[in-house]
Amino acid sequence: MNLKVIAAGVLTLVAVGANAQNINGAGATFPYPIYSKWFSEYSQTNPSVKINYQSIGSGGGIRQVSEGTVDFGATDGPMTDQQLKDAKVKVMHIPTVLGAVVPVYNLPGVNKDLNFSSDVIADIYLGKITKWSDPRITKDNPGVNLPDKSILPVYRSDGSGTTFIFTDFLSKVSPDWATKVGHSTSVKWPTGIGQKGNEGVAGMVRQSPYSFGYVELIYAETNKMSFGAVRNASGKFLKASTAGVTAAASAAAKTMPADYRVSITNAPGADSYPISSFTWLLIPTHSTDPAKAKALADFLGWMLDHGENEAAALTYAPLPKQVQDMVRKSIATVK
Amino acid sequence: MSSTRMTPERETSSPLPVPTPVSPPAAFADMAPAVASTTLSPIRDYLSKRGSGRLADDSFAAVMLICACSIFAIVLFIFGILIMHSRLSLAQFGWKFFTTQAWDPVSGDFGALPFIYGTLATSLLALCMAVPLALGVAIFLTELCPRPLRAPISFLTELLAAIPSVVYGLWAVFVLVPLMRDVIGPFLSKTLGWTGFFDGPNFGVGLLTASMILAIMILPIISSLTRDIMTAVPNSQREAVLALGATRWEMIRVGVLRNSRIGIVGAVMLGLGRALGETMAVTMVIGNHPDISKSLFAPGYTLASVIANEFSEATGDLYLSALIEIGLALFLVTIVVNAIARLMVWAVTRNAPARVI
Repeated sequence: MNLKVIAAGVLTLVAVGANAQNINGAGATFPYPIYSKWFSEYSQTNPSVKINYQSIGSGGGIRQVSEGTVDFGATDGPMTDQQLKDAKVKVMHIPTVLGAVVPVYNLPGVNKDLNFSSDVIADIYLGKITKWSDPRITKDNPGVNLPDKSILPVYRSDGSGTTFIFTDFLSKVSPDWATKVGHSTSVKWPTGIGQKGNEGVAGMVRQSPYSFGYVELIYAETNKMSFGAVRNASGKFLKASTAGVTAAASAAAKTMPADYRVSITNAPGADSYPISSFTWLLIPTHSTDPAKAKALADFLGWMLDHGENEAAALTYAPLPKQVQDMVRKSIATVK
Repeated sequence: MSSTRMTPERETSSPLPVPTPVSPPAAFADMAPAVASTTLSPIRDYLSKRGSGRLADDSFAAVMLICACSIFAIVLFIFGILIMHSRLSLAQFGWKFFTTQAWDPVSGDFGALPFIYGTLATSLLALCMAVPLALGVAIFLTELCPRPLRAPISFLTELLAAIPSVVYGLWAVFVLVPLMRDVIGPFLSKTLGWTGFFDGPNFGVGLLTASMILAIMILPIISSLTRDIMTAVPNSQREAVLALGATRWEMIRVGVLRNSRIGIVGAVMLGLGRALGETMAVTMVIGNHPDISKSLFAPGYTLASVIANEFSEATGDLYLSALIEIGLALFLVTIVVNAIARLMVWAVTRNAPARVI
């Protein structure tokens, strides 16, 4: 409890001392680059509103918005039913942008991009596939001379939205994974070594021959890393791209639940990249301060009209049109 | 500076010393003029002119007592907060928490044993590597080093202590890990593979790499403290041993090391304290896999690392509570290890006669 009180105190201090409407948020680190860009641009066009965002992690974001410590939260994995029920402040999920997770590897002497079946990825992390020359890998990669070397699986040791998306995908494609490991921001990895952050995993993979890991698409692209293609639900091997991610979101849009808490990993559709996910803002449905709620709703409107167009430049995938229309209706209910 | 500050007090207390020269008791009759005739030293002048220090003494003692007690208060406060925030996990797992190997955030099953093992194993291994090296550095610096070399070497050891741990971690990732994977690891498994400590695949990260980076990090602390302690041994001790016909090594062993052994143990304990709590550098090279394995090539996990890794994204009250109980475990491990070290020192030094060995 004390931590929250201290956090509240710090945020209050930040809030005091300016005439502008201050809105404080906290949560996910994955969308932080685009959020900070949005918030600073929005403050320039609307000087009366100042939005402060602290990227303390999804877990912290959920905790703080549930306690009412901050005005909004942000998360990479949707809140569970239990968390929604326990929250002191009732919140709704608003999807903002989409991201993807890609498999990376280090195979000296192999220059071609590799294909990975989804169940193969699960079995590598389950410790069932231990050699690069395993027939199940070679079957997907005809013509590639794969070495008879042990695979070193590398995973994220810190709790992260990336791990949530990745393990959510593995749980869907491998029944064995679903029962033995499950999905969460951090899980009990059956094998492999853990490294902190995308940069930790990427660094380990880059310098360890015969290793295999997973990082966010935005990280792989900005660092010019080569990554593998993953077989999607329609059986097509697809390399991650913002287009593939948006396709996955569009495929899911038809069955989008009203509260947006949907997992779009392994989404149907020939062009859907299978390891994709929304990232969400957590907005209180009934704010104690109507002026703040209004300012927040105005920002969300701005995000749909202007913000989404900037997503691709930062290699986030923008929301598909159908989802944008749904979100516009939801914003109107914010009080 | 002190004289200006004392001005008001000097005025109020001036009547006090005045009577002494006027009616000196017989015994002081000779002394008083002698004092008056010599030029007063500033200290004596100040001490004779200020008033009674009782109030100042008492309040000074009280303030110092508060300072001393604050240490207890801080320790108790930390302990209390840790217990309070981990009560959910304490109630759920009880003592089993410290003896089980599970760490599964998905199913909510938590145990601290692999982390306790990782913390103790890396710290003790680091001590085994760092202490002989640190003693060597200290002995060389105090007893054997040519004067022009002394300052640069001391400066460099102290500089090592000032490097932030994340820099050590980066260095370990880019230098130590490949070195371990390609050179040290294969050599160890070839020469010492029969012990069973160097079995299994060697990826360069793991318990041994973490211990090595820890050893490098605690080396400057232990060596610079040990050097200071050895410098404090009076030269008369050295001369006495040499005069009895000892060689230089015997002089170091009997005259210096034996005299400074308590201080050296203290220095080692400070190093151990840093090793137990070190987070960043260890996290970067230990492999972060909660397993208890005999092989030192295997990845491990430490108490401090798991808190740093998982705290920010810990959703769920039990998960958070278990992580705070990990903090409690680290707190207790530190206390127990320190207590054991103190007991060992006490057992060794109690009634220890002067011996050659």
